[in-house]
Amino acid sequence: MAKVPGLVKGLGVTLGTLFNTATKGASTVQYPHEKETPPIRSRGVIALHQDNCTSCMLCSRSCPDWCIYIEAHKELAPPRREGGKPRQVNLLDRFDIDYALCMYCGICVEVCPFDALFWSPEYEYSEPSIADLLHDKSKLSEWMETVPEAPALEAGADKKKK
Amino acid sequence: MNPLLAEIPYWGQSLLRVLGGLVAVLLPAGTIVYVFLFKMMSFMQSRLGPMEAGPYGSMQLFAEVGKWLQKEDIVPERADVRIFKMAPVIVLLSTFLLVVAVPFGPDAWFTDFEVGVFYALAVSSVSVLGILVAGWASANKYSLLGGLRAAGQLIAYELPMVLAVMGVVIQAGTMNLQKIVVAQNSGSMFGFDAMGHPYVISQFVGFVIFMIAIQAELTQAPFDMPIAESELVSGYMTEYSGFRFLIFFIGEFATAGVFAMIAAVLFLGGWGVPFAWFGWTSIDDIDNWMNIAGPIIVLTKMMLLVFIIMWIRFSYPRLREDQLQRFAWKGLIPLALANIMVTSILKVAF
Repeated sequence: MAKVPGLVKGLGVTLGTLFNTATKGASTVQYPHEKETPPIRSRGVIALHQDNCTSCMLCSRSCPDWCIYIEAHKELAPPRREGGKPRQVNLLDRFDIDYALCMYCGICVEVCPFDALFWSPEYEYSEPSIADLLHDKSKLSEWMETVPEAPALEAGADKKKK
Repeated sequence: MNPLLAEIPYWGQSLLRVLGGLVAVLLPAGTIVYVFLFKMMSFMQSRLGPMEAGPYGSMQLFAEVGKWLQKEDIVPERADVRIFKMAPVIVLLSTFLLVVAVPFGPDAWFTDFEVGVFYALAVSSVSVLGILVAGWASANKYSLLGGLRAAGQLIAYELPMVLAVMGVVIQAGTMNLQKIVVAQNSGSMFGFDAMGHPYVISQFVGFVIFMIAIQAELTQAPFDMPIAESELVSGYMTEYSGFRFLIFFIGEFATAGVFAMIAAVLFLGGWGVPFAWFGWTSIDDIDNWMNIAGPIIVLTKMMLLVFIIMWIRFSYPRLREDQLQRFAWKGLIPLALANIMVTSILKVAF
């Protein structure tokens, strides 16, 4: 008998939620018709900024799932200064991320020393075929358009080192 | 012989009865699933439930039925095939047998049993057989455990249910459900007859015991150990798929509706309105329109009672198996026996 007040209270909670939903609307949204904006810094898809990539392979090696595939070759670029030696640059032949394997840990984004990888909040990229979840470098570069501006630094934070 | 059907040839009567039975079972089941399972549960969880199929998701049930009908009918390799296939039908059969006993109006009834209460309580136990053989024939340990739990639970809660109904029978002085309805609506409380005398007031203890017992009979939470999806993977329904699962599903909610109708007949005055409103004194005075209004009144009272059943279902977590048994044997049955004692003493005294 001592449990009766608690039982009645439980019934009150569900009935209260029933009337709240009926009068004020549900806590959920009807997804395909209306969409919530994902929170800032949400992890949707990883975008690649190709010009920054030096194919150093750090992301690929630090990936716990081994889902990043990189192939590159070396080329000679014209020297920066008149009369200098030609520079050696690495050019990407292949940069694939297999989203069927990716577990969205974000280690690749963290580890990249040249700011070539970014989180994008875009999340609608499911595919009917699992093979299509392998995004190649052109597709990864297209995601760059969806990457938001980096939020402003907090007051008193260290300046970004160049 | 039902006077409404007296002019119609026998085959026509049978056809009408079958159609009436189908409507009386499937219409409440569909309404309950949509209104309570789809919408009320969603609203209680602060979401909208199905919204895409038809206006406000009202055609969702047809989509679900279509989905189930086109699924493969899988039978486990080592199952007892004939019994496995028979089990859902037995469960649904008990629902159809049960609805036969419910009176829907002064002349709108399927059968007018003199011992309607006894019949209803007897056939409601047939579903236990269906559940038990479903659990056994599936050749699956989860199913077997679920079936055994169901049998233990249904037997434990059959008793308080029967004992709770006995109070009503003592008070009405009859086991005929039709006469119980008439007794409630033509009765009076303290000389005040504008409300009739619904037994939910004088038999309130019996009503509460009956509602708890049908909650357990229907294996609705918090008494859903036989189907416990998190520990027994839906118990006796584990191996069922496609339309056999559909039959179990219809059986569950149709039985909820029919049990609620029987509770409405026993405790809320069934199809009747208080006879004093229209100056009726006995069942022979009642105007013919009550045969149309009666079913609507029964269905309204049924929806009210199913609301309570579902409200409790959506609010409480599952009990433990031993708590369930202790609650029935140590709580409800002594209480129901005391209720019978008090009722019969008062019946003799007044």
